[in-house]
Amino acid sequence: MKTSSNKLFEPALVQSALKESFIKLNPKTMMRNPVMFTVEVGTVIMLYVTFYSFTHAGQGSFAYNLSIFIILLLTLLFANFAEAIAEARGKAQADSLRKTREDTPAKVLQDDGSIVTRSSNQLLKGDVFVCEAGDTIPTDGEIIEGLATIDESAITGESAPVIREAGGDKSSVTGGTKVLSDNIKVVVTTQPGESFLDKMIALVEGASRQKTPNEIALTILLASFTLVFIIVCVTLQPFAAYANTTITIAALISLFVCLIPTTIGGLLSAIGIAGMDRALRANVITKSGKAVETAGDIDVLLLDKTGTITIGNRKATHFWPAPGVAQDDFVRACVLSSLADETPEGKSIIELAQQSVSQFALTAPKDSEFIKFTAETRASGINTPDGTRIRKGAFDSIRNLAINAGNKFDNEIEERVKTISSKGGTPLVVAKNEEVVGVIELQDIIKPDIAERFERLRKMGIKTVMVTGDNPLTAKFIAEKAGVDDFIAEAKPEDKMRYIKAEQAAGKLVAMMGDGTNDAPALAQADVGVAMNSGTQAAKEAGNMVDLDNDPTKLIEIVEIGKQLLITRGTLTTFSIANDVAKYFAIVPALFIASIPALQAINIMHLHSPESAILSAVIFNAIIIPLLIPLALKGVAYKPIGASALLRRNLMIYGLGGVIVPFIGIKLIDLVIALFIK
Amino acid sequence: MNTELSGILISFAITLLIAIPLGKYLARMFAGEKVWTDFMKPIENLIYKLSGISPSQPMNWKQFLKAMITINSLWLVYGFFMLMFQDKLPLNPDGNPGMTADLAFNSIISFVANTNLQHYSGESGATYLIQHFIFMFLQFTSAATGIACAVAVFKALRDKTTNDVGNFWVYLVRSVTRLLLPLSIVLALILAFNGTPASYAGKDQFISMQGDTVNVSRGPAAQFIAIKHLGTNGGGWFGANSAHPLENPNYTTNIAEIVAQMLVPIAMVLAFGYFTRRKKMGWVIFGVMTIGMLMLMIPTIFSELGGNPAIAKMGVSQSTGAMEGKEVRVGPMATAYWSTLTTIVSTGSVNGMHDSTMPLTGLWQMLGMMINAFFGGCGVGVLNYLIYIIIAVFISGLMVGRTPEFLGHKVEAREVKIAALITLLSPFLILAGTALASYVFTNYGAANWAVKPSAWLNNPSYHGFSEMLYENTSSNANNGSGFEGLGDNNIFWNVSTGIIILLGRFLPIIGPVAIAGLLAQKKYIPESAGTLRTDTVTFGIMTFAVILVLNALSYFPALVLGPIAEHFTMLK
Repeated sequence: MKTSSNKLFEPALVQSALKESFIKLNPKTMMRNPVMFTVEVGTVIMLYVTFYSFTHAGQGSFAYNLSIFIILLLTLLFANFAEAIAEARGKAQADSLRKTREDTPAKVLQDDGSIVTRSSNQLLKGDVFVCEAGDTIPTDGEIIEGLATIDESAITGESAPVIREAGGDKSSVTGGTKVLSDNIKVVVTTQPGESFLDKMIALVEGASRQKTPNEIALTILLASFTLVFIIVCVTLQPFAAYANTTITIAALISLFVCLIPTTIGGLLSAIGIAGMDRALRANVITKSGKAVETAGDIDVLLLDKTGTITIGNRKATHFWPAPGVAQDDFVRACVLSSLADETPEGKSIIELAQQSVSQFALTAPKDSEFIKFTAETRASGINTPDGTRIRKGAFDSIRNLAINAGNKFDNEIEERVKTISSKGGTPLVVAKNEEVVGVIELQDIIKPDIAERFERLRKMGIKTVMVTGDNPLTAKFIAEKAGVDDFIAEAKPEDKMRYIKAEQAAGKLVAMMGDGTNDAPALAQADVGVAMNSGTQAAKEAGNMVDLDNDPTKLIEIVEIGKQLLITRGTLTTFSIANDVAKYFAIVPALFIASIPALQAINIMHLHSPESAILSAVIFNAIIIPLLIPLALKGVAYKPIGASALLRRNLMIYGLGGVIVPFIGIKLIDLVIALFIK
Repeated sequence: MNTELSGILISFAITLLIAIPLGKYLARMFAGEKVWTDFMKPIENLIYKLSGISPSQPMNWKQFLKAMITINSLWLVYGFFMLMFQDKLPLNPDGNPGMTADLAFNSIISFVANTNLQHYSGESGATYLIQHFIFMFLQFTSAATGIACAVAVFKALRDKTTNDVGNFWVYLVRSVTRLLLPLSIVLALILAFNGTPASYAGKDQFISMQGDTVNVSRGPAAQFIAIKHLGTNGGGWFGANSAHPLENPNYTTNIAEIVAQMLVPIAMVLAFGYFTRRKKMGWVIFGVMTIGMLMLMIPTIFSELGGNPAIAKMGVSQSTGAMEGKEVRVGPMATAYWSTLTTIVSTGSVNGMHDSTMPLTGLWQMLGMMINAFFGGCGVGVLNYLIYIIIAVFISGLMVGRTPEFLGHKVEAREVKIAALITLLSPFLILAGTALASYVFTNYGAANWAVKPSAWLNNPSYHGFSEMLYENTSSNANNGSGFEGLGDNNIFWNVSTGIIILLGRFLPIIGPVAIAGLLAQKKYIPESAGTLRTDTVTFGIMTFAVILVLNALSYFPALVLGPIAEHFTMLK
């Protein structure tokens, strides 16, 4: 996946796109795009006129008509090529994903318990297969039994293996990934050809691609511009007759084709496909083009704290012994209680201890009994053979432990606990033989660049909301430090849902990311729901995008992709319309100069002759399409500088630029053409 | 300072001085707040009672438009028959004949639609009864119709989410009782005291110094001329309109009339800002419109003051500028000032002959009417501007990467479709109308109509083309001024411009009201930092660019064949 090329014009893709450009000339296909369809009609008429001019006089020379015809045909082909190359790139991207899962043998579990090996593409929804260490998982499914470490690098590019197990929120497996250890029983969750990836490929290929509402609105606007220019060109005929001027069909069709917004018309679908393709390149599978567009409109972003705002897990940062307890004794107690603690927090306590105390035993005394953390006790610890009982755990559980044993709970400890919480830390209280000996401070590590990213989002007008299981005090501290606008503390899935609904009721669009089955309702409720690929099937069904990387920061990227999509459409529309000014100044004098010589005054580009002026305008109109394909595919960059500033900027570049560029372009082309015509 | 220049600067200063408080007043009055004209309430209640109207009844945009169309159709139908049979009705001291069917068709549409194209001449073509009780009545109601529809849009855009755009009848009645009627009384008095006739007496007679007997048409003109300007109607009592010495006797009345026609259009723009509680937006729109006005006015003034190069070539001095078709008591600068304003605000009254202005002046006049939203007609100017805003919002929304929204409501396919259709309508009506006329002129010159097509044009060639283009443009813009020099009282022009006026009036009213009604039904989206604000200078520039580009692209070829070709040929 990550190895796929980022070059815009891969030779193999160009070749297939070239072929497609001709196939797409089929009028039935062209009808989908009213602007380009009218160009096709004009091209057909020009073909007829070209033949006519071979034998008859009055419509200009054969060579001139032929040139116009060829240029119009090229205009069509360029527009088709833009769409075709966008499709080809999207398809290539999706194919490289699909390849990973072709023809893998699947060990299908029969009803009688026996195992039959079948090809992966014969697997039906509901089939159960087993995988052992070293097997490639044949298709997408959900683990119903067992636990395994899995190498997902084929799709995510991430080499560290992940653990997937039945029953939890990490029960999904993806076809093409590899089981590294243990064995699992998996139920197939999709029919062949109906996986998300298959849907995405269909979307890119155009078979099931539907125009998004925004695309429809733009098409209507472009169609009405086209109609205006039909009116302008049709009425020009009687006007010219009044002025005793004859306008050749070639000139009239050229004027028409130049005026209608062919630039944006030709690139419109390419821009849409490229948007989905960019999402795919970011390893996000979208279920519809609309989802990408909606992402650009998001007002509120719900983000999980862990993994998004903070780096994975908390770390021990300080030992606070109770009054009267020696620092070294306290640290040793902490180490002792954490020796068997495999959690990242436990490990970080030992790491911190190694820095602060010079020497202590790294092994527990023989025959020690380790007490595992449970949800009821909310504490873990150790009982050593000499009868020492060390427990570390949440503040209230250790306090109960101490008070039940008749020991007092020091005020100073309580103060310390509060201070740590208010600074965003998590206090772990340690008791030795039911007597409190001190507090370990655990701190969340906020990602170094996250504050800037939130600042960027704020400039985009997006409100960020941190979702965390922490208590409100800790949550508030981290929220402030990371620069999020709001937080939901001690969050349960229902809280997310409630928050989303409240924001939506106020007219906001909400995006969120989730993985668990209990996230599914909220994912479905959110306007943009991104499910992690590692998440449950229910979560993936509920969302409208799936992130293959399981990366919680991905939402930010998705929003930018959505905005880019709209901006590219808007700027190229502006550019296309602005171009018309210069084209008018090229063609209109050319039409009338023969009968109204005074109109030489508006030939401000001083074009060589009426024929060269018209040819230059249509040539410019044609070649601007391929020149803008890279921009259409890559998208116009989004800069979070505020809406008005962004409008000013794009208006200057694409509006004013769109007026000036064709004046220069047409003049240059005319200079070249003048060399060939006397 | 130059007297002529101070004349127009003072005119504009007076206009603003009255229009700004008027805008505030209109916003408060239509919002139903307490205003000093509340003493009109008993009269209004009487009108509601007599007409069986329940003024508190809310209307959705469809009901609102239905009421608007119903009453306008009614006026159209009975007015048509009154015009045809005016000779059989009272108050006809001069014995004027009834109108032909096609002229009645054109005239009644033209007055219902606030256009006042007038293919007849007031002196000989209409009786006092018709002038007073049909035409003047319609001058009030057509202006009030435009204002009422604009207020519906204001309300729809102000309220966050609503179906109720307000009661059409209330807006209509209040526009008359609390705006047009009081102002008309003041203006009519000014005119009457300056010499405009105001009685029902028939023609007067005097013997000139040469000894000829001259018949002078009179009538209750002062009140008619007052509403003609205040309601941006433009239909003159006399055929020569405000160039006629009784319709516009002196420089004072000239200032009074030019101020009067700008008042409501400017006040409505500001009222939009005050009503929707987006004062800044009102001022930004005002700024865009003023700059647009100046861009048309300054070149007009220069081209008129510069005189005619063809006359200069003959060695004739033109120290006062181009004087052909101008009134000496008014002068070229005030005529140029008037000609710009009357074409941008759709009044269409004239104090000099547009046909005689320089070719490029004709270009600016036509462009003003093509755009039709630099202040524009009573109420409808704001509605036309709204269409440009919707297009600008849509394109600029895309350019900043957000689904376009306007005042807290998403602009989607349906609104864009309506806006696109309305944008399309003007070039269609103007260009198709002119193309048809050109075609008839070129191919059927001998058709047996009241005026033969071959005799339509006083000036063939490019200027003749401008005459036809102007007539269609003026009809579509509901302006009603004529380039003149066009033989227009015949079945072709009466019917074709009648249809153009009708479509060019009602579709551009229905469209914006529908858009506003649809937007108001949508969920309200609060503004965020990512929202593109529409009350900024940047957005004003964007709208301005949309207006310029859309109109330039639609009309450039036609304008090249008319005024531009005439101009450059003249210079040769």
